[in-house]
Amino acid sequence: MSIVAQEHPLTEYLRTDRVPHIWCEGCGLGILLNSFVQALKDLDFDLDRLVVVSGIGCAGRASGYIKSDAFHTTHGRAIPFATGVKVANPELKAVVISGDGDLFAIGGNHLIHAARRNIDMLVICSNNFNYGMTGGQVGPSTPTGARTMTSPYGNIEHPFNLSALAACSGATYVSRWTVLHVRRLTESIKRGLQKKGFSFIEVIAPCPIVYGRYNRLGDGLDMMKEMQAHTIIKHGIYPTEATIEPGKEIVIGEFIDIEKPEYSDTIQALIEKYGSK
Amino acid sequence: MAEKRTVFTGMHFVNGDVACAEGAIAAGCRFFAGYPITPATEIAERMALRLPQVGGAFIQFEDELGSMAAVVGASYSGVKAMTATSGPGFSLMMENIGLAVMTEAPCVVVDVMRGSPSTGQPTKAGQGEMMQCRWGSHGDYEIISLVPSSVQEVFDLTVEAFNLAEQYRIPAFVMIDGILGHMYERLVIPEPDEIRIVNRKKPSRPPEKYIPFEAEEDLIPPMASFGDGYHFYATGLTHDERGYPDMSIEVQDKLIRRLSDKIRSNEDKIIKVEELGVEDAEILVVAYGLPSRSAIRAVKLAREEGIKAGLLRLITIWPFPTRVLERLSEQLKAVIVLEMNYGQLVREVERAVKPTPVTFLPKLGEEPHKPDEILSSIMRCRR
Repeated sequence: MSIVAQEHPLTEYLRTDRVPHIWCEGCGLGILLNSFVQALKDLDFDLDRLVVVSGIGCAGRASGYIKSDAFHTTHGRAIPFATGVKVANPELKAVVISGDGDLFAIGGNHLIHAARRNIDMLVICSNNFNYGMTGGQVGPSTPTGARTMTSPYGNIEHPFNLSALAACSGATYVSRWTVLHVRRLTESIKRGLQKKGFSFIEVIAPCPIVYGRYNRLGDGLDMMKEMQAHTIIKHGIYPTEATIEPGKEIVIGEFIDIEKPEYSDTIQALIEKYGSK
Repeated sequence: MAEKRTVFTGMHFVNGDVACAEGAIAAGCRFFAGYPITPATEIAERMALRLPQVGGAFIQFEDELGSMAAVVGASYSGVKAMTATSGPGFSLMMENIGLAVMTEAPCVVVDVMRGSPSTGQPTKAGQGEMMQCRWGSHGDYEIISLVPSSVQEVFDLTVEAFNLAEQYRIPAFVMIDGILGHMYERLVIPEPDEIRIVNRKKPSRPPEKYIPFEAEEDLIPPMASFGDGYHFYATGLTHDERGYPDMSIEVQDKLIRRLSDKIRSNEDKIIKVEELGVEDAEILVVAYGLPSRSAIRAVKLAREEGIKAGLLRLITIWPFPTRVLERLSEQLKAVIVLEMNYGQLVREVERAVKPTPVTFLPKLGEEPHKPDEILSSIMRCRR
């Protein structure tokens, strides 16, 4: 019997010469990346129009594995970089893939302002409840009481509800999924890619090697089972009502899908009106 | 040649900030991201008004961190991009200036310098960031930094900064002292075909053969833009010629040397100075920006007294014109350095003219040096 090596069906979207990737066993980022490239394939998305931008951290490495134009920026600055990309060439679709710390701590100001402007950009935020790359420190989404290397007695702070913050800041599309909900996540990414406006997708991803270990949550599979047990789908509720309490209840679903004038379109309208012909 | 219909050819009476914005537009700048800050705000205001007229985009950002990141992003979309700020904002831009250096993004950063450090004197002037523009971001790198001394020169050097940024794929700086930013003078904007424009090298290879950070003989890699179909990756991490992260000693060594050497090996082409009475000078005044204008008067007065005084006005401050000063040092008995700070470029001058004695005249708190003060110093040097 001969073994026939088959090419992975998504290799045309991936920089295969960058494999193996840097992510740990049981990490959710591989699933997130898979969902993203599956969405590109399903839509037959024009890669010449796509620019993937990321910040710093584990999720920040995602841009380096996608075979489109891509840029790995400084910590927290993926969104303003992508804003420059999009406004300078409105034909492009900017996608930011980054983590909760990059997007909501050091880069938090840019996220709320980009949502306020309603610039056409899809932001996919991997939320693993801690800073994984640097070895597990407390972050803006770490649940109160959770142990990390910088909250050794349990987190004394209150976490952000990331989806709620994006929605309240003006995002025109907001959803939350976990890496367990691959089909729904992929469909949501497809919606975000097609949406003209600021879209935000929060993806709950297990970090078994760092966060999971400090909080005795077991391996990747155990953390996925935990997600399965505690997630509830509630489409259409305003995300301030979408509870996120790992181990108790995580409300997921498609929360916001509204229309508003888009920023780069508005700039083009100014040029049309005031430009010298 | 500059784009027609976008350049306000003719004679104007404007301040340095407006001249800077018009220079940027003449150079082909079509993207500005910035945050209001005295005394640079008028550049942003002018760009907000002018960019839509010429098909460009203005964004007022939430801060200077975002502004600088957006400038790098716009540059990668293939558009000439600029930001303008003053001391506190300049400090916030430093990390992403390093990103522009590391990813070789052509762009222009304007710093209209106020009194510093910290919040300092927002409405006053200084020359406090002469070292910061060179060394402000972490690590080893080279940039190009220009200092104008008149409103006309603000226009001219802003165009030149874009040309140098595009040619060498670096952030180029225009360092304007706050007085000049707000000072009104005559500005003559030339015909578009009289304005020299340089654009970045584009790849001549097809996408499948494009290696984004493979330099040519001039140490500069051709630059594809996002959306051109080249599907390339760039990172602030140390990277190989493909743009892929690489933590090896060899790749770091090769990259950092090239990023610096592309400027160092072209110093003679880049550096510009202006000389007044330097040929036979025994006492040399070294100045830049507004104080150099007082120095012209002082040197003329000294010449009337029969003193062999000269002025070397620095236009390019980085790369520093060390060799120009080294060459002059043999004929010099004394050097006087004027700065609106407490001693920055004077150190570079001292190194270059050693063992010629150097007198330093600092000015802190808005006013540039008066011709009489400079003349007294020249007289003391003669004794």
